[in-house]
Amino acid sequence: MNMKHLAKRLAALMAVVTVLALGAVTAPTVAQAQQVNPTAQSVTEDKLFQALQGDQMVAGRVSIPDDKASGLIKPGNKSWAGTHTGTVRFLSIAAVVSAVVVLALFYMVRGRIMVDGKMSGIRILRFTAIERFAHWLMAGSFIVLALTGLNLVLGRTLLLPLLGEGTFSTLTVWGKLAHNYVGPAFMLGLLLSFLVWVAHNLPNKVDAEWIAQGGGLLKKGVHPPAKKFNAGQKVIFWSVTTGGAALSFTGVMLLFPTLAGTQADWQLFQLIHGIVAAILSFVIIAHIYIGSIGMEGAFDAMGSGEVDLNWAKEHHSLWVEEVQAKSGDKSISTKGAHPAE
Amino acid sequence: MARMKFLCDADRCIECNACVTACKNEHEVPWGINRRRVVTINDGLPGERSVSMACMHCTDAPCAAVCPVDCFYTTDDAVVLHSKDTCIGCGYCFYACPFGAPQYPKVGNFGTRGKMDKCTYCAGGPEADMTEAEYVKYGSNRLAEGKLPLCAEMCSTKALLAGDGDIIAEIYKERVVTRGYGSGAWGWRTAYGDAINV
Repeated sequence: MNMKHLAKRLAALMAVVTVLALGAVTAPTVAQAQQVNPTAQSVTEDKLFQALQGDQMVAGRVSIPDDKASGLIKPGNKSWAGTHTGTVRFLSIAAVVSAVVVLALFYMVRGRIMVDGKMSGIRILRFTAIERFAHWLMAGSFIVLALTGLNLVLGRTLLLPLLGEGTFSTLTVWGKLAHNYVGPAFMLGLLLSFLVWVAHNLPNKVDAEWIAQGGGLLKKGVHPPAKKFNAGQKVIFWSVTTGGAALSFTGVMLLFPTLAGTQADWQLFQLIHGIVAAILSFVIIAHIYIGSIGMEGAFDAMGSGEVDLNWAKEHHSLWVEEVQAKSGDKSISTKGAHPAE
Repeated sequence: MARMKFLCDADRCIECNACVTACKNEHEVPWGINRRRVVTINDGLPGERSVSMACMHCTDAPCAAVCPVDCFYTTDDAVVLHSKDTCIGCGYCFYACPFGAPQYPKVGNFGTRGKMDKCTYCAGGPEADMTEAEYVKYGSNRLAEGKLPLCAEMCSTKALLAGDGDIIAEIYKERVVTRGYGSGAWGWRTAYGDAINV
């Protein structure tokens, strides 16, 4: 009984060993016969990268209930980073530095543009309270937006070493909040300015003459005729209108990312926002210069709203004629009753 | 010092999402924030592959380049970390990241994203190592304890590798040579500028 049992066990063991041995020999041949290649159709990163075009990304399915998480690799994001730290940063620096250099040179060559005749002491109304409100709403908000915006691009290089990480971070947080919430004020100012001034800013023949004479900017005593706004001012008006509209649109898109669409859209809007802001900063710095230290009597137009008659005759001769024709010389002479400052 | 990297062997990943779960649990990551995720390419088709992806701790990290407040820093182990105290939640790092790593606690209008959160390679943040303050903001600091990231450590198929770049690249090469195939070191070309050639 015992021997028989042992023999049975031995036989079974022999059988198992035989099967195993045979299997080991035959297994590779079976695999070869089936030609199983687990990677024949498998995706490889290299192939997917070759198939990528432009700003596309390698994406798939993800079990997280958020479709945005399904992207895997998007190499194009690095090119946004490159443009942001390259082109946008360069243009921002170039805009501010070149504006200051050009204006400093202009000031050295031309000096302050003075009224050729003496101030008459007679003052005429150039900008109404509504016009000035629109201008200063836009101007004030633009300065806040420009400074806080430039801080996002250049603050890390210029201010961070001076202020230290903690203080600079706090400043930038407040700057970001200011940028986000002052934006609508700028949009309102932009809209108001457009409405009150668009009729005066349509290009006409007078502008060609003004441009041909270089606006009288480079020569003393040269004053090409101009209506309410000369060609230079019209350039500023349309730069601010179009640039401001572009900034407003892209800004709103960046404030409401879900409205804007995908990450690629945000990147595009951000780049447009930065580049337009840089260009507009150049224009506005020049505008601030000529409206303040660059020209005698110019600031009054937006300050008190009233300008000296002689200043107006030199810089906006046709506009003065229009005003005088409209109201008769009477009103202007009564204005002259105001004592000169 | 080691140059720490992640490598996901997509031919081994079975999309069990244990790395995702381990990460969330280890660092008490809030709901809605995914420091790691598993993406399945060609789902349901022949040759489908799954890849576990998180911050790759890039060489010359683009997030660090675009950060307006310079809140990123790279440790001696080449791990890219950031300071939540300095972060202003502007979202630029998310624009710049090729891997979708930066996460924000809120998706709000008017730039209300909150402080950015991302994979720390289980290396905490700028606070003192293994302190409560560090844990609350960044999660645990396993690296300071001499351990590797938990996602890779507990990967059931050892698909996700973490450690010195040269060593894990060598392990991956050996695997590819031995088994005769490999779908590539996903993300390496983008993150480190070099792929693993076998």
